[in-house]
Amino acid sequence: MTDIQLKVKDLNLYYGENHVLQDVSLEIFRKKVTALIGPSGCGKSSFLRCLNRMNDFIRGAGVKGLIELEGKNIYSKNTDVISLRRNVGMVFQKPNPFPMSIYDNVAYGPRLHGIRNKEKLDEIVEDSIKGAALWEEVKDKLSSSGLGLSGGQQQRLCIARAIATQPEIVLMDEPTSALDPLATAKIEELIRQLKEDFTVIIVTHNMQQAARISDYTAFFLLGELVECGLTTDIFTSPSDKRTEDYITGRFG
Amino acid sequence: MMKMRRFFDRIMTVIFWMSAISVVMLVMAIVMYIFVNGYESISWEFITQPPRDSMTKGGISTPLIGTIQLVLVSMFFAMPVGVATGLYFAEYSRGDAFTLMLGLAVRCLAGVPSVVFGLFGLSLFVVLLKFGSCLLSAGLTLGCLALPLIVTATEQAFLAVPQEYRDGSYALGATKWQTIYKVVFPAAMPTIITGAILSIGRVAGETAPIIFTGAAFFTPDIAKNIFDEVMALPYHILVLATAGTRIEQTRPIQYGTALVLLIVVLGISSVGIYFRNRFRRSTRA
Repeated sequence: MTDIQLKVKDLNLYYGENHVLQDVSLEIFRKKVTALIGPSGCGKSSFLRCLNRMNDFIRGAGVKGLIELEGKNIYSKNTDVISLRRNVGMVFQKPNPFPMSIYDNVAYGPRLHGIRNKEKLDEIVEDSIKGAALWEEVKDKLSSSGLGLSGGQQQRLCIARAIATQPEIVLMDEPTSALDPLATAKIEELIRQLKEDFTVIIVTHNMQQAARISDYTAFFLLGELVECGLTTDIFTSPSDKRTEDYITGRFG
Repeated sequence: MMKMRRFFDRIMTVIFWMSAISVVMLVMAIVMYIFVNGYESISWEFITQPPRDSMTKGGISTPLIGTIQLVLVSMFFAMPVGVATGLYFAEYSRGDAFTLMLGLAVRCLAGVPSVVFGLFGLSLFVVLLKFGSCLLSAGLTLGCLALPLIVTATEQAFLAVPQEYRDGSYALGATKWQTIYKVVFPAAMPTIITGAILSIGRVAGETAPIIFTGAAFFTPDIAKNIFDEVMALPYHILVLATAGTRIEQTRPIQYGTALVLLIVVLGISSVGIYFRNRFRRSTRA
C-alpha cells in the first residue's frame, strides 16, 4: 500500500552563497498527505519548490542531490520541465486566480496542453471544480471573473485549476494561511478527499493542521530535515529533542 | 505648542488644496478661453469643408483628416515597436549593462525636444530613405516621439502585474511566452492602453516634428496615399496665426481650429478610457 512515489536523496539547495537546504533525504508515499512543518525560514517552502522546479526562476539558485519521481531524476538534463509541472501541480500561499473567468481559470492548464475540444474541456472543468468542492457555489456563474470569489473560494478555484491537468502530486504552500477559520476548515476537508486521487505535499505553519490532515510529517529546522515519519508518531513520540520542543510550542 | 501644531496642520492642508485647485482652474481657463472664442466658428460646414479664399473662409476638413491620418500612421508604427520594447525591458532583460544602457537611451529619448525629432525625421525618412515630405515620413517621426512614452507605459504596466500570476501559470506547465501571452499581457492591457492614449494626445498636438517631414501649408485635397503631403490641425493653427497675409480675418478660424483639436484629443482620450474601463471590468472582479 505504501509505495514510494517521490524520493529525495541528499538534496542541497543554494541561493547564491546561501545554503538553504542541507542534505535533505525524504520519501513521499503515493496517495498520502505529507506535511512539512517548521519555523519560518527553515527551508520548507524552498524544498517544496524544488519538487516542481519552481526554483529554476530564482537567479543564483543551485540544486545538488537527487530527486526521483517514479524513479526518474527530475533534475537530469533531459527532463521536460513542462510535463513535470503538469504532473506536479502547485497551490500557492496567497490565492492567485488569473484575472479571467472561473471557467478559463480551470481550463487554462488543459488548454496549454493542447485540449481544444469544447465538450472535453467542459467535462474537465466540471470534474475539477467538483473535485475542489466548489461546484455548487459557482456552477451558475462559470463565466464571471475568478477574482469576484471570496478568498476561500478563490483558493479552491486554484486547487481546481491545479487538478485540472490531472497531476499525480499536488504541492501546497501554506494554502490556508491567508484564509479565515471556516474557509480553512473547508480546504482541510478537501485535502482529505484529494488524497483519494492525488499525493499531497503541504507546507504548513500550523501544527494542529498538520496533525489533523496529514499521514506523514517532516520537521524542518534551519535548512535541515530533523525528523520525518508517521504523523501520529511525530506528534506523540518524537525521537528528536528539537522536534519535541517545536511541537510542544517551546519555540517557533 | 499644541495650538501651533494644529495651526500648521491647517495651513498645510490649505496650501495643498490650493495647489490642486489652481491646476484645475488653469485647465478650465484654457478650455473655457478656447471654447468662448472658438465655438461660433464651429458648424457642420466648418468640419466638412476644406479651407478656401486663402484660408479666410471654408472649414478645416483637410487638416482634421490629416491629423487623424498622422495619428494612425504614427500608432501603427509606435504601438508594436513600443509595446515589444517595453515587454523586453519588463520580462526579458536581465538588468545587465546592456539593458541599463538601453533604458537610459529610452529615457533620453523622452527628453529630446520635438524639433530635434523633426530634424531627425527629415534626415532619416525624407532624405536618407527617400520617402520625401509626406504622410509616411511625418507619421513615422511622430511615432518616434511617441515611442518612449509607450515603452515606459508598457514596462510599468508589465511590472505592475503581480508575480503570483506568473508563478501560477508556470506551475501549470506554461512556457514563458504562453505565460506572457495568456496572463501577463491581458492583465497589463488596460495600463498599456492608457499609455497609448496619452501618447496619441501628445502626437496629435505636435507641430515641430511634422513641419519638415510632411505637413503642408495647404493642400487642395486630403492625402490619398502615404506619400502625399498632409495638412494637420496644429500646423494649420500656426500657419493661420503667423504666415497668412490676413491674420485678423482668420482669427475666428484659428480659435475654431484650436477648439476642434482640443475636442479631437479629448475625444480620443475618452474613447480610450471607456474601452480601458470595459476591459478592466471584464478582467477584474
